[in-house]
Amino acid sequence: MAWTKKVLRVNLTAGTCSTEPLNQQWAQDYLGQRGLATKYLCSEIDPKVDPLAEGNKLIFVTGPLTGTMAATGGRYSVVTKGPLTGAIACSNSGGYFGAELKFAGWDMVIFEGRSAKPVYLLIIDGKAELLDASHLWGTTTWHTEETIKKQHQDPQIRVASIGRAGESGVMYAAIVNDLHRAAGRSGVGAVMGSKNLKAVAVRGTLTDAYQVANPEAFFTAVDAGKAVLAANGVTGVGLPTYGTQVLMNIINELGALPSYNHREAQFEGANAIGGEAMHEKRPTDGKPNLIKNGACFGCTIACGRISRMDPNHFSVKDKPQYHGASGGVEYEAAWALGAANGVSDLEALTYANFLCNEDGYDPISFGATVGAAMELYDLGILTEAEVGLKLTWGSAEALVKLAEWTAVGEGFGKIIGLGSKRLCAKYGRPELSMTVKGQEFPAYDGRGLQGMGLEYATSNRGACHVRGYMVSPEVLGIPVKMEPQATEGKPAMLKAFQDLTAVVDSAGICLFTTFAWGLQDIQPQIQAACEGDWSEERLLLVGERIWNLEREFNLGAGLSKKDDTLPPRLLTEAIKTGPQKGAVCHLDKMLPEYYEVRGWTAEGVPTPATRTRLSL
Amino acid sequence: MQKSLHIDPNKCTGCLQCEMACSWENHRSFTIAKSRIKVFSFHEAARFVPYTCTQCDEAWCMMACPTEAIKLDPVTGAKIVLDPTCVGCKVCTIACPFGTINYVASSGKVQKCDLCGGAPACAKACPTGAITFVDADWTGLEKMRQWADKTDTNPATV
Repeated sequence: MAWTKKVLRVNLTAGTCSTEPLNQQWAQDYLGQRGLATKYLCSEIDPKVDPLAEGNKLIFVTGPLTGTMAATGGRYSVVTKGPLTGAIACSNSGGYFGAELKFAGWDMVIFEGRSAKPVYLLIIDGKAELLDASHLWGTTTWHTEETIKKQHQDPQIRVASIGRAGESGVMYAAIVNDLHRAAGRSGVGAVMGSKNLKAVAVRGTLTDAYQVANPEAFFTAVDAGKAVLAANGVTGVGLPTYGTQVLMNIINELGALPSYNHREAQFEGANAIGGEAMHEKRPTDGKPNLIKNGACFGCTIACGRISRMDPNHFSVKDKPQYHGASGGVEYEAAWALGAANGVSDLEALTYANFLCNEDGYDPISFGATVGAAMELYDLGILTEAEVGLKLTWGSAEALVKLAEWTAVGEGFGKIIGLGSKRLCAKYGRPELSMTVKGQEFPAYDGRGLQGMGLEYATSNRGACHVRGYMVSPEVLGIPVKMEPQATEGKPAMLKAFQDLTAVVDSAGICLFTTFAWGLQDIQPQIQAACEGDWSEERLLLVGERIWNLEREFNLGAGLSKKDDTLPPRLLTEAIKTGPQKGAVCHLDKMLPEYYEVRGWTAEGVPTPATRTRLSL
Repeated sequence: MQKSLHIDPNKCTGCLQCEMACSWENHRSFTIAKSRIKVFSFHEAARFVPYTCTQCDEAWCMMACPTEAIKLDPVTGAKIVLDPTCVGCKVCTIACPFGTINYVASSGKVQKCDLCGGAPACAKACPTGAITFVDADWTGLEKMRQWADKTDTNPATV
């Protein structure tokens, strides 16, 4: 009963909305959210479809714990075929939007086709309609959200929308909800833009749309889970105090913080852009960058950063609209906007991050692409005349300008908006693109942390840190400590993390809970909320099934073993300095074993026995 | 000892656990649209403020009600809406200076905070201590303690 058992299907070509019952067998097999939408997508589209063509579909989906009192129970995902990678894309977001969709009575919204004119979808409980968005097209996510609330005289409507980046086809455009929460990666916003869909607005007031199966057991499990989060050093203290930015100095000191487009594995400016720096009073105005922490729906961790910029910083000096508080930099964003380019100006990073939220594009892919462009400039391949500015390492001015241009698809921003892979290919140096399957690395060096190298190479959505977070064992010692440079045991540990992550992403809760929670903490919450028997074994099987289904989609899309690799820099150029000096990623040692523990052939294809075991 | 809900907005992170708890207590649903406590987000000021009925001693809602559908709970001090008596005229929603009593179209009655009979679910659910249920005579005690701690003027101890 934790599902609403209702799916909203929106045909943008015909302009129609229709209701259909949730496929309950699939809910039993794939749980919800990431898994369930993947099953729908794989069943409904040709994996070879052009991601930006009418034939692609875009699914907004909640999980069984979304919109419940389970800690962090507010997540939703957007699942589609991604334009950045050509692989399956699944981007997860918090904020309040997901829970509202559930309160309105929907597990899932499937968008198909393409609207002839810009539209937005308005959902008020059981009623859904497509409305003209011509007055919103060409505007930011912030303007769109505010306008829709005003227009319908309801400040309690929640909005997920694209900004100008999604409209102009930035390949890593995001979908932004609640001003600064985003389904951020793989270009899901570009797919939304290609469909002429500006926003999804939802208001949910139903009290009978879904129910947890066993309330008494549910509250027991949920309260126990909250106590574990509160007592844990990471989720109880580190994340609320420093956000994910708690990692900046830790990873830097470990020598696994890539900088200068992965030329280096430490960043001399890490201190200036990390979590501690956000708390320090600025010399310019005596105030700290960080004002307070904020939570997503139902979250008892509250890692969100809320920042206010120095109004005299060059980037916002005459722009009062950026002088108020807004979403501050998280670790991955601070790394990509900062270390990846050598920029150590926290205020410039914060401004660029504001723009990423305001116009909806992924700060990781954007910042990493700027890093690649700076290397091309450093090598003399890109020139000032071509770019329109001096693109020197560490230039905060260049970062800020490129952020402004990319948001609206102007000048060289149009090229930056293509992502690192297409940028480097365009200028004849594809090997300089720090990507896997076309998606840019996040903030951990795959040479410094061998397991992360394997994770990047095998992630179903391209380079990504939230598909099997090997940083946990390799840095934090969760659930066991593994040496960063060891390769033994990493494939099996990665598989376990990937499968567990697929469960978490399908349940409606946040992956960050797993800093403290193991499956033994999560299972009782799912068990109490959902009908049926949801043992730990069954959940891990569900996770493994999801992983393999995503893999099969990618194989169908034309990806193969050759795409399970890393850029030559990570495989052959040893880290030059720091604790991980001399390291390259030993992918060749780990990948065959990974295929084996996955039950795949030497070519990375699930064997018939594996397919049978997983009922695929 | 009578107790009051005490709200410290500085501690609120906007997670809305309180709204879900309220809705669950009264509607057996997590739907925050039905909550009697609301958390307001003042985005540009980076403030989250939980707000609900403060149980006025001279309760305007109670005095305005033409059907005597709002009664004082002498134990908790809460002003309670009696559903069978309420006719949904909404006069109380006009009388209340703070907006904390509201009409519910689906039931045709008004609803307001009733302190859950003396064990408010919102305070129990709040993970940060932004909402507490404390001695009504001493809601300022913790704030006084914090300021008291700043009064050390003896340089020898600094």
